[in-house]
Amino acid sequence: MTQASGRSVGDRVVHKAFAPITRHTLALYCGASGDHNPIHVDLDFAKKAGFPDVFTHGMLVMAYLGHALTDAVRPKDIRAFSTRFAAITQLGARLTCEGHVTEFIDHNGEPCMKIALVAKDDAGEAKLLGEAIVAR
Amino acid sequence: MVDQSAIGRSFTPVTAHVEPGRLRYFCETIGERSPIYRDAHAARAEGYSAIPVPPTYLFCLEMMDAENPFEFLTELDIDLARVLHGEQGFTYHVPAVVGDTLTFRSRVTDVTDKKGGAMTLIAVVTEVTRQDGVHLADMTRTIVVRNPKAAST
Repeated sequence: MTQASGRSVGDRVVHKAFAPITRHTLALYCGASGDHNPIHVDLDFAKKAGFPDVFTHGMLVMAYLGHALTDAVRPKDIRAFSTRFAAITQLGARLTCEGHVTEFIDHNGEPCMKIALVAKDDAGEAKLLGEAIVAR
Repeated sequence: MVDQSAIGRSFTPVTAHVEPGRLRYFCETIGERSPIYRDAHAARAEGYSAIPVPPTYLFCLEMMDAENPFEFLTELDIDLARVLHGEQGFTYHVPAVVGDTLTFRSRVTDVTDKKGGAMTLIAVVTEVTRQDGVHLADMTRTIVVRNPKAAST
């Protein structure tokens, strides 16, 4: 079924690839986000906590997913955006964010579409699984 | 270990200002180059009163301006090194834009043990209001605590 927006269930509406995640990216995001948890930037701290290395802030990956989403739909049409952090994103990961229309719904009286979102690394492992509700 | 008694606990409200320089730095960091997030004219052409914030930025504002960004962990006696982010959600009612002053009020809504107590999931809901009292957005997050193994004899 195609809706007035010209989009159909199953359409891939979101697709964006990002540069590999470096230690520098994590240091910048630490400052940009206010999330100063040392586990993302301090190797000694990460090792002491039982991790082999520092790893990506889940919220950085969600920020990429949000960026891919706002490239595809008008930001002011986004009513809700949620994710589950399925796996830790390692240094060097090249993330691809995708989204498919899954449903046309009525959201608080407004016609909307649901978009299933995923952020995957280069091995195809899902790191974040999410959903957005977007007015159409 | 955190238990059900934590449900209903609320934390010190955080007041944050949406500042253009910090927002620009965030956009640089994630590679966001859309004009509406960088240029007030482009934002106004889209119907905003000023440059809006990207979808996850509310989470950052709360952390940046909190006196103790990990207050709820220290209050609940949780070791930061044992915490992972499980889920995060945003519901948007009105866009937040540069110049806004926002207040974040957080409370614990659920505590669940998983895997026989190896993990505890803590759900926190945060209400975001603007300086004029408008309810702008809600954030929900689930924090996963990896509990230390019980000492074996």
